[in-house]
Amino acid sequence: MSTAILDLPEQEFVMPGTRTCAGCGLPIAYRYILKALGPKTIVTLPACCLTILHGIYPKTPIAINAVNNTFASTAASASGLVAGLKATGQDDYTVLAMAGDGGTFDMGIQALSGAAERETNFIYVCYDNEAYMNTGVQRSSATPTGAFTTTTPVIPKEQPKKDFIQIMEAHHPAYLATTCSSYPGDLYNKFVKAKAITGTRFIHLSIPCPAGWGYPTKDTIKIGRLAVETGVVVLYEVEDGNMRLTGKTLSIARSGRKRPAEEYLKLQSRFKKMLPEQAEVFQRQIDTRWEQLLQRAGI
Amino acid sequence: MGQTLILTGNQAAALGAKLCRVQVIAAYPITPQSKIPEVLSEYVERKELKAEFVRVESEHSAMGVCISASLVGARVFTATAANGLAYMHEQLHWAAGARLPIVMPVANRGLGAPWTILNDMQDTISQRDTGWIQFYCQNNQEILDQVILAYHVAEQLLIPIMVCFDGFRLSHTMMPVNVPSQDEVDAFLPSFKPPYLLDPDKPVNINPVVMTDPMPDPEGTLCPGYMGFRRRLQEDLESALAVITESGKIFEESFGRTYLDPLYRYLSEDADIVFVTMGSLASELSETADILRDQGIRAGVVGVRVFRPFPAVVLAEALRGVKGVAVVEKAISYGYEGALNTELKAALFSHNGHRPAVFNYVVGLGGKDVKPTDLVEPAREVLDALEQGVRQEHPRWLGREI
Repeated sequence: MSTAILDLPEQEFVMPGTRTCAGCGLPIAYRYILKALGPKTIVTLPACCLTILHGIYPKTPIAINAVNNTFASTAASASGLVAGLKATGQDDYTVLAMAGDGGTFDMGIQALSGAAERETNFIYVCYDNEAYMNTGVQRSSATPTGAFTTTTPVIPKEQPKKDFIQIMEAHHPAYLATTCSSYPGDLYNKFVKAKAITGTRFIHLSIPCPAGWGYPTKDTIKIGRLAVETGVVVLYEVEDGNMRLTGKTLSIARSGRKRPAEEYLKLQSRFKKMLPEQAEVFQRQIDTRWEQLLQRAGI
Repeated sequence: MGQTLILTGNQAAALGAKLCRVQVIAAYPITPQSKIPEVLSEYVERKELKAEFVRVESEHSAMGVCISASLVGARVFTATAANGLAYMHEQLHWAAGARLPIVMPVANRGLGAPWTILNDMQDTISQRDTGWIQFYCQNNQEILDQVILAYHVAEQLLIPIMVCFDGFRLSHTMMPVNVPSQDEVDAFLPSFKPPYLLDPDKPVNINPVVMTDPMPDPEGTLCPGYMGFRRRLQEDLESALAVITESGKIFEESFGRTYLDPLYRYLSEDADIVFVTMGSLASELSETADILRDQGIRAGVVGVRVFRPFPAVVLAEALRGVKGVAVVEKAISYGYEGALNTELKAALFSHNGHRPAVFNYVVGLGGKDVKPTDLVEPAREVLDALEQGVRQEHPRWLGREI
């Protein structure tokens, strides 16, 4: 069961006045992440949209300790925090590392793979908005097929999105989960659970981005929900190799009412030049993955 | 009480770190440094050293770990060489900008391409402008001593320090090293007192985005912009020589060996021709000076032990009466000349206007052997040029290369 909004802790760690774009999914998710993890959390982040959220010196809207680091070294920084806090007797902190898809799927993969292999005791969150949004919507390996970006400006991206979640699962982390900013209850529960587990915990967080995806800023929650309702994003978690679907995904899986991907694609201008054949491939890829995940979940 | 052990340079560096009771070690092996993490991991696994050893997957991550562990108050250590150091490059800027007292021995090695695993100083000289202090070592005793001295200095200034020593020539060569006792080192180097402590009730955003101009905090107090932070780093480096000297004084009182002078000097007081150099080359050139003296030429040596902050005034003063200078170095700023040569000339120009003939000799790249007798001819060349009033246009490469 997802935690009801009214049952969430009242203490806020994301104060009003963040510098993210209007309609950004990130501060919504971040608010619930920090509510779940509490004040004794230290976050490390590379140069990314979260840096913008954390504000410009000497002010910050974030009420937990934060360390900024170089782009490729988020998980290395987390390893350093874990080691340094342990060596100095401060290991009651939860170490949170949080980077975008560029800082995770692409440049940060080496440090993350290393930290996960070392079974570093930390929570790593990849907030995935499917392109290099902070530098102006350039293609990443998380960008889906058929999407326009500023570095695929004429021919939309031809390759599929990298299946990074599988790459992380191959590291056998202590906990792995996927979630989405449009489902705060699901998200909150997963971070509460992650906090209680020791070892490497990896959470893939889908974040709709109005500026990069091309939809009205009022529709961030709606787009995120559509991503889940169409099976583009699948909510699940893996503990000790046991995978289970969660939240909205679980109810769709049980009811069989998965919506066509077209409903998700047509609301975003980044897909406006997607060819019908590409849309078919896109749908097929979603269906294949959906069937695999449902089968794995025993549904 | 201390004892004398026969140690390689790498063992001396690792033992120095252990005596400093480093709390977090993160290192990736690279020839010729690999023995340092090997020895330290053994200390840790045998519980002879209480430290977190993070066996990282790269040098970039090694420095990433050190940066964040230092930020939360741990005394941290890493070591590297050559391409490993180059791979750390952005992290080196970050560590200095974040004002972290990290100490890192570097076993100097040439950079590819083409591959070489052997010694020169292109690696650390290429990191000259990262904001780190750089100490250079002439022998293994200096490696051990300067690791210990480095923490003393770094933790006062909150500036990271590279302790540079020649790969293989020192890293793999055994020498007698006087090793102080743990009690003696503890008395010299108390545990690290970080400048701030993490407090969940007073959270901070460390190393955030800053603007170009000073910005007011919520109380209206103006806080520095980017240049303000960077100016403080420069100012502290400008005053760092005094701190290094003061720490050297305490070191001498504690251990009896002296590091008051940022220069190594050999027969330089009355010399007509002085070799200016760094690292173990100073030992070779001291022999060359002896050979030249036997031939009736008054030669001497000045080895630069502290390269950053650059001891310009001391160096210019040391060369006040000298007629000719041969700058012998194992690195070059491609397209111009050796960095030490450029910096020496700048120091002379700025501080006494004295214009000895300064000739630059690039030697020993990629481990090319340098014998004391090889440097006799350059000294004569400088003296001949002086008589003829000739100046050198480009550095001369000595290496019998085809």
